[in-house]
Parts: sequence; structure tokens; C-alpha cells
Amino acid sequence: MKNPHWFAALAGVVRRDILLAARRKSDVLTTLFFFVIVVSLFPLGIGPEMDMLRQIAPGVLWVAALLATMLSLNRLFATDYADGTLEQMGLSAVPLGVLVVGKVFAHWLLSGLPLVLLAPVLGLQFDLAPRALVVLMAALAIGTPVLSLIGAIGAALTLGVRGGGVLVSLLVLPLYIPVLIFGAGAVEADISGLGPAAHLSLLAAILAATAFFGPWATTVALRIALE
Amino acid sequence: MLEASHLECQRGEKTLFRDLSFQLDQGVCLMVQGANGSGKTSLLRMVCGLSTPAQGEIRWRGAPIRALAEDYRCELLYCGHAGAVKEDLTALENARIAAALAGQPVDDDEAREALRHLGLKGREDLPARVLSAGQKRRVALSRLLLEKRKLWVLDEPLTALDKAAVAKLCGIIDAHLAQGGMAMLTSHQDLSLAAGRVEYLRLD
Repeated sequence: MKNPHWFAALAGVVRRDILLAARRKSDVLTTLFFFVIVVSLFPLGIGPEMDMLRQIAPGVLWVAALLATMLSLNRLFATDYADGTLEQMGLSAVPLGVLVVGKVFAHWLLSGLPLVLLAPVLGLQFDLAPRALVVLMAALAIGTPVLSLIGAIGAALTLGVRGGGVLVSLLVLPLYIPVLIFGAGAVEADISGLGPAAHLSLLAAILAATAFFGPWATTVALRIALE
Repeated sequence: MLEASHLECQRGEKTLFRDLSFQLDQGVCLMVQGANGSGKTSLLRMVCGLSTPAQGEIRWRGAPIRALAEDYRCELLYCGHAGAVKEDLTALENARIAAALAGQPVDDDEAREALRHLGLKGREDLPARVLSAGQKRRVALSRLLLEKRKLWVLDEPLTALDKAAVAKLCGIIDAHLAQGGMAMLTSHQDLSLAAGRVEYLRLD
């Protein structure tokens, strides 16, 4: 009996995670407020030195985005693991990898996409030019899915481990470095007049590579956690 | 259909069971019995393919379950200690989403019908958070009616159920066996299934 309702299962996971987030809004909002507050602290701490602010803006926004994503990673698989849903996913007639793709996509919708949409508003505090804001959004739009994809591997590997929260940061943050460099680099290159195309292409290449390997690695890690 | 040969289960230093062999045919219910900690749940998880036996092999229709992967899982239904019921979702959403994740989406009416059959009429749209433990278990068991699977592996399905629900569940298992299905379950209570179809496996 072959019965691959892959798409229904994929859509089911995404719908379910969004529904769960809608019922428990505080989880998603905490991450967003964290992002907003961390980014807003810098202009307040440094004072109205426009040149300085413009220079640090890309780095600050990207580092805050990385940390905000880290905060939301613990929840990615932990609740499903605790209530037995993950077991059921592992036993589904649909390959676990398909369901993982759904979970990662839902994670991006809930924690990555809001960052992309908020970034230009926060960028105004740093006196970024409109063009730089567009580049920042583009870089975040390509880069945040990578954060979700890599983060899922870390979250799966530390599943069921005591103190997994700290461990996941140690595991995942180093892997975020290329995204940080090219993401912040794109905005800096645009400000200095070089054009962001090269950095954005490299970011897109990283996205393509992680989109291919990420779900596979996550699936293997989840199978180990389930044993 | 399902054969296990020379299974061995290790938990740390301790060997829970070794050289365990059994066979399960169509229309048979295999009751796994044993004291707490004798490895009942470990055995069921092995049968599902969630964990690997230290020794031995499990075969389904003659092929090892490892190799079959999805082809085996699409005939298997596992209901574990944790019911996989989300507190924030309603009973109906839980039933429908569980079926979709399992790869067998059902529509609203089918899900309502299954919940009603299990005595949850009028509770379909309540969040699982406000249901009692027994009602949550009934939501989890609604999968038995919604997913058409050949082999049922049930770990303590009677926990928290009242007498009426136990009788209902026995009826559901009986009907499943009568259609050529198979079940493997652990329970500390006796199930009153139609005679001659129940086999016992003791772990000690």
C-alpha cells in the first residue's frame, strides 16, 4: 500500500505550527521583542553620532537576528518530543524529511519573516539610506531561512540533552558566521558604493546548499534522538 | 506476517530480555505481559522500528523492517504512552492533524464521526487542555478509527479509560482483527476479546 499524501502532510505541519503559535502568541512575540529591544539599545547607548551608527547598523541588526533566532530554536522540536508527536512523525507513512521541511518552513514564517519585515523600521534608527534598507531586507530574506535550516540541525542534535539550550548556541552560532559575514557585508558594500550583488549571490548559494543538506542532517539527528 | 527472531534488548549494563522470538499472524492479538521494567515498551518500540534491537531481527512479510522503512510504516499504527495530543488544539484539530501527519488526511465529518464513536460527542471543539486524562486518551485512540493500518502496536491503551471506553476499545480491536488486522499490545488489565484470537507473550 503506497499512499504518499506528501503535500497534505507538509501543509498539515505548517498549518499546525502556525495554529499552535497563534494560540500561544507569547512564544513568538518574545523573540520579536528581543530583536527590537537589542537593536534599539545601540542607538541609545552610542548617542546621535550618525556616521558611527550607519557603520555599525548592518552588524548590529544581523547579530540581533542571529540571537533572536537562537532564542526560538529550543522550542522547535522540544514540545513535539515531549508529547510524543515526534515519535508519530517518525512513524508516518510520509518520510520524516518531508515533515522536517514543513517544520523548518513554519519556523521561518514565525521567527524569520517577522525579522525581515521589522528590519527596515529598526534600520531607520541607524539613519540608513532607503536603498541600504532595501538591501538589508533582501539580505535578511535570503539569510534567515539559512538560520532556520542550520538551527534545526542543532535543535535536533541537542534534543533530550540536559542543558540543551546553551549547547545549541555553542553548536549553531559558529555555523552562522558565514551568513553574518555576507549578510552584513551586503549592506556595507552597498553603503560604500560597491554594490551588494556579490554578497547576495553568495548568501543565496549558502541557502541553496543548506536547503539541500539541512533537512537531511536534521532527519538523521532526529532519528538518533528518537532511539 | 510479522516475525521477530532472537531479539535482545540492552538498557545500559542490564539485559532486559534475550533470545526472544515470536510470530504474529492475521487476525491475532498478541498481548505482551510482564512486570514493570521488564522491557514491554522497549519491545514495542523495536517492533515499530523506533529503536534497534541489540541482537536479532524483525521481519514484515518476510523482509526486514529496516529495509522496508516507509513501506512498513504505512501499515503500522503505534499508540504510545505519550498520546501525541496537543493541549492547545481542539479534539477535532488533534484528530485531523494527526491523520494528516500520518499521511492519511481525513475530512471534518470523518474525524467528528470517529470522536463521537469514542464518546466525545459535544467535546469535539474543546481544547484538549480542558479534557480529562481519559478523554485525552480517547482523542489519541481516535487514530485507530481514522488511519487504515494493518498492524496496531498499542502501549497500555487502557490507561485512564473508564469501563465503557474499555468495552468500546475491545469492540474496535475485535472488529480490526475480524477484518484480518493484527494487534500487539501491553496491558495490566485483561481485555475481553473474542476467544481464540488472543496469544500471550511473557517477558520475565
